[in-house]
Amino acid sequence: MASATPRLLSFLFTPLRLTYPIHAIRTSHRSRTLSFLSFNLRRPNGRLRTVSSFASNGTNGMERMGQKDEERYDVIVVGGGHAGCEAALASARLGARTLLLTLNLDRIAWQPCNPAVGGPAKSQLVHEVDALGGEIGKMADRCYLQKRVLNLSKGPAVRALRAQTDKREYAMEMKKVVESNSNLFIREAMVTEVLIGKNDNIQGVRTFFGMDFFAPSVVLTTGTFMSGKIWVGRASMPAGRAGESASLGLTENLQSLGFETDRLKTGTPARVDCRSVDFSGLEPQYGDEEVSWFSFDPECHIEREQMCCYLTRTTSETHKLIRDNLNETPTYGGWVDAKGPRYCPSIEDKIVRFRDKESHQIFLEPEGRTVPELYVQGFSTGLPERLQLALLRTLPGLENCVMLRPAYAVEYDFLPAYQCSRSLMTKKIEGLFFSGQINGTTGYEEAAAQGIISGINAARHSEGKPVIVLERESSYIGTLIDDLVTKDLREPYRMLTSRSEHRLLLRADNADSRLTPLGREIGLIDDRRWDLYQSKQLRIKEEKERLKNVRVSGGEFAAEVATVSGQPVRDHTTLESILKKPHVQYKLLDKHGFGNENLSKCEKDCVEIDIKYAGFIMRQQSHLQQIVNQEHKRLPEDLDYYSMTTLSHESREKLSKVRPQTIGQASRIGGVSPADITALLIWVESNRRKANQRTQQELLRSGATDNHMAASSPTDSVVQATAI
Amino acid sequence: MASSLIRLLLPWRQPKPHHLFPFSLNPTKTSFLFHLRRCQASTSSPKRLILTQDERSKGSLSTEREAIVGSGTIAAIVTSLGGGPAAVGIVRISGPTAVAVAGQVFRPVKRWKEEGGCVAWRPKSHFVEYGYVLDNDGNVIDEVLAVPMLAPRSYTREDVVELQCHGNDVCLHRVLRACLEAGATLAEPGEFTLRAFLNGRLDLSQAENIARLISAKSAAAADSALAGIQGGFSSLVKSLKIQCIELLTELEARLDFEDELPPLCLPSLIDKISVMRHDLQDALDTANYDKLLQSGLQIAIIGRPNVGKSSLLNAWSKSERAIVTEIAGTTRDVVEANVSIHGIPAMLLDTAGIRETDDIVEKIGVKRSEAAALAADVIIMAISAVDGWSEGDAKLIEHIVTSQKSANQAMTAPMILVINKDDCKPKDLLVSFEEICSGLFKKVVRTCALTGAGISELEKAVLEVRGLEPISSAGRKWTVNQRQFEQLLRAQEAFFRLHTSIEEQLPMDFWTIDLREAALALSQISGDDISEEVLTSIFSKFCIGK
Repeated sequence: MASATPRLLSFLFTPLRLTYPIHAIRTSHRSRTLSFLSFNLRRPNGRLRTVSSFASNGTNGMERMGQKDEERYDVIVVGGGHAGCEAALASARLGARTLLLTLNLDRIAWQPCNPAVGGPAKSQLVHEVDALGGEIGKMADRCYLQKRVLNLSKGPAVRALRAQTDKREYAMEMKKVVESNSNLFIREAMVTEVLIGKNDNIQGVRTFFGMDFFAPSVVLTTGTFMSGKIWVGRASMPAGRAGESASLGLTENLQSLGFETDRLKTGTPARVDCRSVDFSGLEPQYGDEEVSWFSFDPECHIEREQMCCYLTRTTSETHKLIRDNLNETPTYGGWVDAKGPRYCPSIEDKIVRFRDKESHQIFLEPEGRTVPELYVQGFSTGLPERLQLALLRTLPGLENCVMLRPAYAVEYDFLPAYQCSRSLMTKKIEGLFFSGQINGTTGYEEAAAQGIISGINAARHSEGKPVIVLERESSYIGTLIDDLVTKDLREPYRMLTSRSEHRLLLRADNADSRLTPLGREIGLIDDRRWDLYQSKQLRIKEEKERLKNVRVSGGEFAAEVATVSGQPVRDHTTLESILKKPHVQYKLLDKHGFGNENLSKCEKDCVEIDIKYAGFIMRQQSHLQQIVNQEHKRLPEDLDYYSMTTLSHESREKLSKVRPQTIGQASRIGGVSPADITALLIWVESNRRKANQRTQQELLRSGATDNHMAASSPTDSVVQATAI
Repeated sequence: MASSLIRLLLPWRQPKPHHLFPFSLNPTKTSFLFHLRRCQASTSSPKRLILTQDERSKGSLSTEREAIVGSGTIAAIVTSLGGGPAAVGIVRISGPTAVAVAGQVFRPVKRWKEEGGCVAWRPKSHFVEYGYVLDNDGNVIDEVLAVPMLAPRSYTREDVVELQCHGNDVCLHRVLRACLEAGATLAEPGEFTLRAFLNGRLDLSQAENIARLISAKSAAAADSALAGIQGGFSSLVKSLKIQCIELLTELEARLDFEDELPPLCLPSLIDKISVMRHDLQDALDTANYDKLLQSGLQIAIIGRPNVGKSSLLNAWSKSERAIVTEIAGTTRDVVEANVSIHGIPAMLLDTAGIRETDDIVEKIGVKRSEAAALAADVIIMAISAVDGWSEGDAKLIEHIVTSQKSANQAMTAPMILVINKDDCKPKDLLVSFEEICSGLFKKVVRTCALTGAGISELEKAVLEVRGLEPISSAGRKWTVNQRQFEQLLRAQEAFFRLHTSIEEQLPMDFWTIDLREAALALSQISGDDISEEVLTSIFSKFCIGK
C-alpha cells in the first residue's frame, strides 16, 4: 500500500503537469474565442461541460441534463473486451470522465478463443501498447501460464514472445484494474442507438432500456456482438458468444446514418476436460526457462510456475470422418457464406485444401490453473455437435476425452474501416470512434492496439485537443490502422510481420524507445515509468560507448571469438567489432568478464542488436526516410476526385471511397497507379496555390478596410474547416 | 518547470515542431499570413503526425539523415537523343545528394592532379569546372564540363549538377549509367519539371501544361513498357519474380507461423538463390548486349608496333583515317573511325603500338592504348603473320589481362586475335599458335589489311564474341530500356547483398530484406505489388490455423 499511494498520486498529477506546454501554445489561437478561460477552469473539476456547450443538444438533451449530472461524461466506451478496456483505461487515465458500457460485467476482457497473448507481429503490438502506457502487456505478464520466445534465431525483428494465459484470472485482474480507476464508471447496458447532433457530431448513446448517456466522444468496440449469430452444425442462434446474447439494433441504427456494414465469420474449437486426456504418449511443450516479458515495467516481472502444452496430430481416421461428413459443415454444406479468416481455417478447410497432407498438428493448451478446460488449437470446426466428440476422439491421447464445450462459428456485423480516418474517428460522425473487431480485425492484440489509440483520441477530442495519428512507419499499430483504413478489407485482419515494410526498425526491443516518449507526452507514462525509461536508454547509450572504446588483444577470449565466428580476431580489436562478428553474442563478453553487470538481459539484447545490425538498420532507416518524405504529403480531405480528369476512372472511384489522408495512403489503395499519384500531386499543388492566392488577396482586401479583429475571424473558420 | 519539460520532450520531435503547433503566440497579421501559408503547405489539419523516431538510433543517424532528406536524387539525359551527333549533350542530376553523386563520378582536372581525387567535391555554385567522368572502376568515360547549381538557385530548386558531355549517344549513356551507379535514380518523364513545380519554381499556368504533359507521357511510357515486356524478357523477369516470391513465401511463412510448419531445408534454399543470381546475371548480360545494340560498340585495336593496326583501321573503315608508314611507332594517339557492322554502330580505336619506349610522347600514347583497351567492348589484338607469335606479344597480352583484372571489371571485354599480313606468312607456323592462344582469345581471324581480305570474317567474329549474331535467336533477343535496366541492376545488387548475408550467416529475417528488394525491383518492371502476393501465396501454400 505504501508503494501504491505515491504511484497513484503521480498518476493523478503527471498528466496535468505534462500537458501544460501543449496548452500554453495550443490555446493561443483559441484565446480569442474565450475557450482559454473556460478550459482552465474546467480542468480541475473533472472537466464537466459548461451548460452553454450543450445548448445545441436540443430541448430533450437539456431536460435530461438538468436532472442528472452523472449521465454526462467526457467519453463513453461501448464494449468491455480487449479494445474496450484499453480505450476506457487510456481515456480515464488522461483525466476524462469515462463510462464503460458492457453487456455483461462478468465478461470484462474475456478471452473467448485462444487463451494466449502474443506471437509473431502480435507480440510487437503488445510491446507497443505497453510502451504507450497500455494494459495488455502487464495483464499477460501477470496472468501467464506459460511463456515462449518464438523465432529466436531468425533475427531480432521477428523474435516474438507468446504467453498462454489463465483466462479467468485475466478477466478478473483486468476487471480489478478497470474498477480501480476513479475516472472510470462501469455499467451493464445494451446500446441500441448512437445520438447525433446537428453538425453530424456524436452526442451520446441510447440503451435498450431507454437510458441516454451523453458524451462528446463515443468509442464503439462491439466485437462479435453486433447482430452476432453462432452456429454449431446447421443449428444457429443469435448470440455474441456462446451463452451471451447478441447486441441487436445498433447495426440498423448505424446503417440509417449512412454507414456501410458487412458480415464476417470466425470460429473457436471445442474445449475438452484435461482429466480425460492421456498425455503419456504426447509430445510436451514446455515454456522457456528464462522468462521474457511483454511489459517494459519491471514491476510486472514476477515469475510464476509454468504449465505445459501438448502436441498431438490428426490421423487418417480424422480425415476420413471429415470427408464423409463434409456436407454437414456450414461452408461446404453451403448455408453460411460470410468470409472467415485465412489464418484460422477450420479443420475441414485444411483437409479439403491441403488434400495431400496426411496429418495436421494439433496443440492442447490449458485455459487456466483452476479449470480443467483444454483448448484444442488447430481444430475449429463447423460440424454438428453430435459428430464433434467422435472427431475429437480420433486424436491420439484424446481417445476417451470428455468434451466440455462444442466448437462453434460466429457471424457478426463489422464496418469496413475505410469509413474511419487514422485516428479511428469515423469520417461521417465527429466524435464517434470504432475499435477492434468492428473494424474487421481478429485477435486480442489487434483490438488492444486500436483500443488505446481510440481511447487516447476520444479523450483528446472531448477536450478539444488535436487527435493523434501513428504513421505507418512508426509502429505495428500504425501499420495496422493504415492497412485497415486504406485497404478495403473483406476478411478478418490479423497482424503479420510480413505486413510491415520496414519491420527491422519495428522490433520488440525498441518499442519503448519508439513510443514511450510519445506516451509520456500524451500523458499515459507516469514519472516512475519515465525515469525507468530514461535511465535504461542512458545505460544502453553508455554501454555502446564503452564497447566502442575498449580494445582487446589475443587471449582466451579472442580465441573463442575466432572459433565461434570462424573469423580471425586482430589485435587491438574493439569489443564493438567483436560483437559484430557472426554468432558472437553479448553472453560471450559476459563469460570472459568483458560484459557490464549493470545491464539487464534485455538491455544487453538492445546493445547487441544496435551494434550487430547497425548497417542494416541504417540502410532501412535511410530507405524509410526517402519514402516518408514522399508519402507524408497530405491530401485535403474534401478533394473532389471525380472532377480530376487526369485520374483514371477506377482511381477516381477508389479515392472517393477511401478518401486517403496522405499521398502514401493513396498509393497503397488497390487500383491507383503511379501515374495517378503524379496527377494527384500536381492537382493538389496547383489548387493549393490557387487557394493561397485567393486568401491572400481577400486578406489584403479585408485588412485594408477592417481592423485587427476582423482579420482574426477567418483564423477560426480555417481551424474549424480543417479539423473535421 | 515548463521549459525543462519542453527540453525533455522536444528532442524526439525536433524534425517537425511546426506541425505540432501551427499557430504562434503572437497572432499579428504578418505572422498569421505566414502561418496560414505554412499550415496549408504542410498540414491541412491540426493533426499531429508521429514519425518514426527511435531514440536509440538517433545519435548515429542524425548526420546521415540530413544527407538523405528530400525525395531522392534523379538523373537523366536532358538533351535530345537519337538524332545526328550533336556537339554537346547534357546529363542533369537533381536532388539532395546531387553533389555527392556528381562528386563520385566527376573529377575536376585541377584537384585530380593535386590531391589524387580522394577529397569530396565541394563545388561553388554557378562556377563551371572542367574534368573527367569516371565509371565505377575508375576508367575515364568522357571529359566534361560540370555546372553546379546549388539549391535554391536552380531549375528544380534542389541541388543540380549538369554534366556537359560530348554529344555522342554512347558517351551520354555511359555517363548517365555512372550516375545511376553512384546512387541516383533515373528521372521519370518530366520529373525535373515536376520537381520544379512542386518546389514552387514554376507558376500555375505552366503547371497545368505539365499535368497534361505528364499524363500523356506516362500513358506513352506505359505503352512502351508494355511493348518492351513482350517475349523472352518478360517471361524471364516474371519467372525470376515468381521464384523470389516463392522463396519469400517459404521464409515469411516460417517467421509468422513458426510452430505450424516443417523446418526449412536451407541448403536447397541457398542453391535456389544462387541459381537465381546466375539467371539475373544472364539477364543483365543480355541487357548489356542490348545496350550495345543501341549505343554501339567500342573496338580497340592493340598490338606491338608495326603489325599493321592502322592499315587494318583504314581497310575496315574504307578511309585513310590513320597515317600508315613503315616506321614503327607512327601512331602516337588514339585514332577513331566509325563503321557499321551489320547495322550495329561501332567505333574503331586505333592505338599506339605497345612497347617499352623512352620517347615521352610515345609513352603517353602507350598509356592511352592501354586505357582504350580497358574501356573497349571488344579488344582486337593484332599480330603480324611474318613474325608469328613473339615473346613481345605474350608479354603485351599478359599485361593487358592483369590490368583488366586489377581494374576488377565485372565483365572483361572478349578478345579476338587478328593475324595480319596474311599474304606473306609461313603457313605451317600458324597452326601451332592458334592452339597456344585459344584460351585467351575467343576467335582467331586472318586478315590482309592491304587487300581487305578477312575483314568480313572479322566483323562476323566481333558480333559473335559479343553475342550479337545476325541470326535472330528468339530466346535471347529483347530490348531493355534504361528504366528496366536500372531495376535489373537494383535486383542484382540486392542479390549480391543477400549472398553476403547468407555468407555472414545472418539470421533468416535479413535474407527477406534483400529478397523483398529484389522482388520489388523485378515487379517494378512488370508493374505489380508484391506484399499481397506473398501473403496470398503463404495462405495457399501452407496450412495454417488455430
